[in-house]
Amino acid sequence: MQKYIEYFKPVISLFIFIGFIIKKYKNYFKFIIYSVIFIWFIIIGYRSARPRYKPEHFTDIFNDFSWLVNWPKWLDFPLMQPLNSGFDWLIVNYGMFFEGINNFLLGLYTTMKNFLVGLPWPLVIALVIFITYFASGRKTSTTILVAFCTFFLGFLSPRYWDKCIMTVCIVLIGMLLCIVIGIPVGIAMARNQKVRNALLPILDLMQTIPSFCYLIPGILLFGLGAVPAIIAIFVYAVPPLIRLTDLGIRLVDKEVVEASEAFGASKKQTLWGVQIPLALPNIMQGINQCTMMSLAMVVIASMIGTRGIGDEVLLGLQQLNVGMATEAGIAIVLLAIIFDRITQSYGERLQERTQKKKEIEEHA
Amino acid sequence: MPKIEIKNVYKIFGHSPSKVLPMVREGATKEEVLEKTGHTVGLDNVSITIQEGETFVCMGLSGSGKSTLIRHINRLIDPTAGEVLVEGTNVMDLDQKNLIKFRRHKMSMVFQRFGLFPHKTVIENIGYGLEVQGIKLEERNKTSMEKIEAVGLIGFEHQYPNQLSGGMQQRVGLARALATNTDIMLMDEAFSALDPIIRSDMQKQLIDLQAELKKTILFISHDLDESLKLGDHIGILNHGRIVQIGSPIDIIMKPADDYVAAFVKDVNRAKVIKAKIIMLTPEQFKSKKEKNSNTIKVNEDSFLDEFLPQVCLTPATVEVVDKSGNIKGYITEKELSKALTKSQADILTKSNTNVGQ
Repeated sequence: MQKYIEYFKPVISLFIFIGFIIKKYKNYFKFIIYSVIFIWFIIIGYRSARPRYKPEHFTDIFNDFSWLVNWPKWLDFPLMQPLNSGFDWLIVNYGMFFEGINNFLLGLYTTMKNFLVGLPWPLVIALVIFITYFASGRKTSTTILVAFCTFFLGFLSPRYWDKCIMTVCIVLIGMLLCIVIGIPVGIAMARNQKVRNALLPILDLMQTIPSFCYLIPGILLFGLGAVPAIIAIFVYAVPPLIRLTDLGIRLVDKEVVEASEAFGASKKQTLWGVQIPLALPNIMQGINQCTMMSLAMVVIASMIGTRGIGDEVLLGLQQLNVGMATEAGIAIVLLAIIFDRITQSYGERLQERTQKKKEIEEHA
Repeated sequence: MPKIEIKNVYKIFGHSPSKVLPMVREGATKEEVLEKTGHTVGLDNVSITIQEGETFVCMGLSGSGKSTLIRHINRLIDPTAGEVLVEGTNVMDLDQKNLIKFRRHKMSMVFQRFGLFPHKTVIENIGYGLEVQGIKLEERNKTSMEKIEAVGLIGFEHQYPNQLSGGMQQRVGLARALATNTDIMLMDEAFSALDPIIRSDMQKQLIDLQAELKKTILFISHDLDESLKLGDHIGILNHGRIVQIGSPIDIIMKPADDYVAAFVKDVNRAKVIKAKIIMLTPEQFKSKKEKNSNTIKVNEDSFLDEFLPQVCLTPATVEVVDKSGNIKGYITEKELSKALTKSQADILTKSNTNVGQ
């Protein structure tokens, strides 16, 4: 052991020296590194281009400048091949890992689905009414609206009832995943600028990349069915939740956070006692957004064979049956209203508790 | 040993403050630094000593670094250079754990916009300092109720802060700071957001509490009248630099520069100067010739405006007495006129006016 340390000493000091130099001429080094990477990319592109696209000798590039007119075929960065092979490698080596996730989510989904499908439908409606009534703080109007929407799901077409339950199960599991991962990530982002800087581009990517780009690898990793839909929901719906959690925490009045710190609260105490409770309305808004986006995603996911209300829309589309597609569309809207009303009214109730504005007037 | 000692503290805001520090040390002004480097100088070589049991008011206009200064003492802000000593320990030497302990037991803070937790009731707000210390609910509520009583908020303990008026909210802030029973209180423009009548109420309440509790208070204010009323010593900040430190009388009678002079120009001196400050000792008085037959007895701690109308009405010599009635000194019209005139130059131009304001 001692021997190795002796051996590493000069190496470590060399690294420290290099680190020092890099730190001193940071901007200079950054420029050099980026240019090296860029040139390296171009060389890779050139080398991997097919011979028939390339000039006979690369010095020809500098003699004949016709390639400046149209984009030359040899100036092509090869991303597809390595991604494919990387993906294959992932499946071969970490297949077990993905299968584990798959089994877990699928198990959760089937249990939940079988339970809800097995329940008599009036009981399900009663359950929804019960949840709404208490989540909205005993608001009758919201409860009645939600109850009617739930009833109309089955009333539109008896076929829809079970399919809606499947969709709801997928959305709920997707949301659960979003909440379990999204909120802690949002909190980490709000508290650490570096995490924030690292995550923001990833969130942008998740929001802008077309959903089919991750649906297809989803199928390869998890097979057809509910699980790739859940994963797709996660990718699509978690960014707004993360963003709104981050925003909510950072929007908490600075003086209030300072007050908490000034009285000797640890970071954990400040977070749980002050920041999270005050950010809750925003976080609830994020969860609400998350739900809406999950529902939108579930329809798209039906294209990769996910069972649910989405495949009724797809079926209508394929048969050019306007009525069928519209009917299923209405069912999705009703589902959206149910989810929205429940999460929204719960958020409002939280907001009321933190900011009792109504009663100020009484005292003024 | 002084309770709080701030030694040559510099604070520069920006992305690489340590590079700018030498420039500021060499005496570059705030504007120069901002123009050349894009850094903002918060504090520029500030040194303050606060003795135990005194109220030190730090005064300056907005942007002069007052709020930055107060946040150095409990290290809500870290200084770029310099030392902050509280009871002899350098707060910069504390690690995270000790810093939390230090904040819990050594000092408490009152905020300009109250800094109350909107999701907690009044009693929970007041008990927060104890809550983070891990004290049990019953004990916490007992202490909180005592403090609620002390600030006169009985009956409001289960209200939320937003249901209270500004003055009441700041009372909650004050009670919260008192609840942890720390020696030091930091008050960051505590009364600035309140309207004038409530503000003077709160000032009075603070003075009464202070007479009883004898805490060490660092009070930040932009209001000179408030500073003069509350402060045992006043430090005036301008552009992050300390311009003058002294007792209220020093500040009024001997302003260090034009900035301070401009501040004190419009002060009603009669409201600030106490009888004992301008009185003649009995020996000095005996040697004087002019004597009025009438005399008025006043307490040595009373302000001039409390007995000025009487003197104007019937020319009289003022006998200054202490609490038990012993004669401590005398004030004649001459001393009064001297104390109330703005400056020597003013006397020359306005030859006939003896009493200022």
